[in-house]
Amino acid sequence: MGQTFLLEIGLEEIPAQIVTPSRDQLARRVTDFLKAKHLAYGDVHSFATPRRLAVMLTNVAEKQADDKQEVRGPAKQTALDQAGQWTKAAQGFVRGQGLTTADITFKKQKGKEYVFVNKFTPGKSAKEVLSGLTTAITKMTFPTRMRWGNYDFEYIRPLHWLVALLDQTVVPLKILNITSGRTTYGHRFLGGPVTLAQASDYQTALKKQYVIADSSQRKAMIKEQIHTLAAQNDWVVELDPTLLEEVNNLVEYPTAFAGHFDSKYLNMPDEVLITSMKVHQRFFYARNQAGKLLPVFISVRNGNQQHLANVVKGNEKVLTARLEDAQFFYNEDQTHTIAEYVERLKKVTFHEKIGTMYEKMQRVQLISQALGKYVELNQAQLADLKRASAIYKFDLMTGMVDEFPELQGIMGEKYALLQGEKPTVATAIREHYLPKVAEGALPQTDVGAVLAVADKLDSIISFFAVGLIPNGTNDPYALRRQAAGIIRIVKAEGWHLDVAAFRQQITDLLTTHQATFGLDFSTNVSDFLDFINDRMRQWFGQRQIRYDIIDAVLAGHGHDLKQMFAAAKVLQQNKDKPAFKATIEALTRVLRLSQKAKFNGQASLTVDPALFENQAEKDLYQAVEKVRHQAAQRTIEENYHALEQLRPLIAAYFDATMVMVDDQAVRDNRLKQLAILAQLIFSIADLNRLIVK
Amino acid sequence: MQQTLDIQNMILTLQRYWGKQGCMLMQAYDTEKGAGTMSPYTFLRAIGPEPWNAAYVEPSRRPADGRYGNNPNRLYQHHQFQVVMKPSPANIQALYLGSLRELGIKPLEHDIRFVEDNWKNPSMGCAGVGWEVWLDGMEITQFTYFQVVGGLNVKPVTAEITYGIERLASYIQNVNSVFDLEWGDGVKYGDIFKEPEYEQSKYSFETSNQDMLLQLFNLYEQEAKQQIKNGLVHPAYDYILKCSHTFNLLDARDAVSVTERAGYLARIRNMARAVARAFVAQREKLGFPLLKDQAKKEEA
Repeated sequence: MGQTFLLEIGLEEIPAQIVTPSRDQLARRVTDFLKAKHLAYGDVHSFATPRRLAVMLTNVAEKQADDKQEVRGPAKQTALDQAGQWTKAAQGFVRGQGLTTADITFKKQKGKEYVFVNKFTPGKSAKEVLSGLTTAITKMTFPTRMRWGNYDFEYIRPLHWLVALLDQTVVPLKILNITSGRTTYGHRFLGGPVTLAQASDYQTALKKQYVIADSSQRKAMIKEQIHTLAAQNDWVVELDPTLLEEVNNLVEYPTAFAGHFDSKYLNMPDEVLITSMKVHQRFFYARNQAGKLLPVFISVRNGNQQHLANVVKGNEKVLTARLEDAQFFYNEDQTHTIAEYVERLKKVTFHEKIGTMYEKMQRVQLISQALGKYVELNQAQLADLKRASAIYKFDLMTGMVDEFPELQGIMGEKYALLQGEKPTVATAIREHYLPKVAEGALPQTDVGAVLAVADKLDSIISFFAVGLIPNGTNDPYALRRQAAGIIRIVKAEGWHLDVAAFRQQITDLLTTHQATFGLDFSTNVSDFLDFINDRMRQWFGQRQIRYDIIDAVLAGHGHDLKQMFAAAKVLQQNKDKPAFKATIEALTRVLRLSQKAKFNGQASLTVDPALFENQAEKDLYQAVEKVRHQAAQRTIEENYHALEQLRPLIAAYFDATMVMVDDQAVRDNRLKQLAILAQLIFSIADLNRLIVK
Repeated sequence: MQQTLDIQNMILTLQRYWGKQGCMLMQAYDTEKGAGTMSPYTFLRAIGPEPWNAAYVEPSRRPADGRYGNNPNRLYQHHQFQVVMKPSPANIQALYLGSLRELGIKPLEHDIRFVEDNWKNPSMGCAGVGWEVWLDGMEITQFTYFQVVGGLNVKPVTAEITYGIERLASYIQNVNSVFDLEWGDGVKYGDIFKEPEYEQSKYSFETSNQDMLLQLFNLYEQEAKQQIKNGLVHPAYDYILKCSHTFNLLDARDAVSVTERAGYLARIRNMARAVARAFVAQREKLGFPLLKDQAKKEEA
């Protein structure tokens, strides 16, 4: 059995969300250090609580592996002078290696003789190596750092103790005025200092001092305690993993407990109660078997069962005060009409350079109607959309949303229903904020989806219109997230949304109202398209589309997102098929040659069959015309396969036909043929960008 | 809890305790302000190399938080008990927990936690790192290690402990409304503050003279800048505090649009930065006297 090494850093309370990543970071830095120093170890266990980060290594080798190295020195001819004596070069070399000229041997390399020595470095003892760990600790990185006392040193929180033990021996480390030892500290109130006889005592010794150092063990305790409470009371408790993780890192010794609140507060929407409990108090909530929210909560104390009644009572009091506040807002909010709230939005700034929230809603009314028609909503849906877009930000003016900003949209839906709005309208108000996070839920209704996209599009083009375009890591208005949201919604809805064409449509629409909005929406259009393309690139990248396929699709001529999704999919599916390489080579040959002509990009090109000089020209012409006339009705996948079928005809064409002939009429006719084919190819992707091997 | 403390005994207990820890017991500063941090005993003294340990009660005015005396927890004016120790002692958390014991709050009978909360006051160019302290789920204290004050990186670092007196008292006295708290000698908080709460709320939200306030802000600003030029740090700082409070009054009346808001805050911040630099220069000119006092103490 090798030795066990324990390293523990004692700190003031670390922010809960930083505890686990810091634990892992410390383990990584310590093991990286040992690897770099060639000190072998067995298993790695890492530990963390709000007040400590620790790592334990088993089977640590007695010492580093000895290092035997053959080192090459100068060439023999420079090592020896004419008299056969060692030159300064040779003497300097061996001295640098800590050896003497007696250690020199000669060896031939690439036909030339060189000086060689065998260098032997005995491995250092484990203790000596480990005493170099200080920088692994001080170099830790954190999202926020701080200074304290008189020090310049920055860390996540003030440092209080260091334990570094190799079995029974203290490994000397020093950071600031703290030297390592064998004393760790238990729970702030239930425990005290503990002197560890040996490293492997760590967990047991701390447990006696009311600290469960192993995060997953602590989490398992919390889960089990909550399950027990739920089972005893016949409650259904959803263990939100993010909340559980946070709670786990707020305690060293968990004791779950349940509390109650007055059922009169249940008249409020569940979301209000849940936000008060979960977000503000870090409580878990409970439902009955039928899914109804119950007037109870579960929290986790950092301590044991002693005087638990006090803790329950205190927490109940705090929650009641919060719910009382919420109830006040809920009642008060309902004494005003939606129209009054909308009126107040005229005084709320959306952004100082862009205008008010009310003006934003006016733009979104126009954009959402245009989009609704574009994606072919029916008349009833368009009417609902019109109503929703006229009021959808009203809840920002309610007391509840002012108090609980995370309830925006959710309260809008509730209050809209209470005021007699149609459910489709109310739902769209809630859904327009979706998706709230990268992979968050999407709108489930068409009206909600259109409003969500229109609202996001408006934000992007408005910020672009005033020159506030995200760059680098600077995206203060989260416009990238909004663009990513648009892409996800369009994908889920299966809309044929040509972003360039639609952007033009809304630019025209808003420009006719320029006097109202005072913004020039016709600026930065190409930046806008690049911006959407960048998000498409990210979307494809996250779905493991090969990078050259992404390049090809984004460089293609289409801006219809649905077609772009389909193009990436068909190329990705075919990239490993046997025919792929030959197909792409044939088609890119067409692209390359067609670039010699001025016809690329021209609409309504026609080829004159009377100028054909061979059968291959005729065959290709007939086949291309067929593909061309069917292209609009067919899917991207079908068009791709139709082009794939052209491969032998293209090959035959190039075998039999010289395109760049002197006769201009014939040459132009052929170039037109290729340009027509190139347009068909570009409507899928710029295949020149593909890398085929 | 052995006996229920009224507010004045709570304050006396905290003063006695922190006095024993080496804090000077200062009095509330006589210019309106939104928080104890804005007292010169914190803001200015947190800047520069000199040590500083002080504790004081600070009545803090927040016009927008007024609720006409109708809300059991929200107030136009509440009281903070402020402790600042510079450099932050290594055992500052333990000292704080000791103060709770003095107030009759035994940690083993409760659940006390330090929950991350990094504090910022952009209008004064201040930022710090720390926690809110939870007592059985209730935030009773803001605990901060200052990192930047008046736009200057501070060294040594000041630890600031801000107790919300009404909050803590509501817990200790077990009442649901601050107006039911006992201040001392059988007199209720409501007997003293309910009417002022109503009047100040009415004033802040309804009857304040906006034009006058806008003019005052400009006048106070001019005066602050002029006195910074004259090298008179403390008068200048008083006018910055007046600007800040005047802005809060304007804000409570919605007299400031969001755009203008940023502009006003920037104006206050610029003055706070200037006065912070002027304060260090002034102390340096004086030879940082508190550093010498400390050296003497250490010799003795």
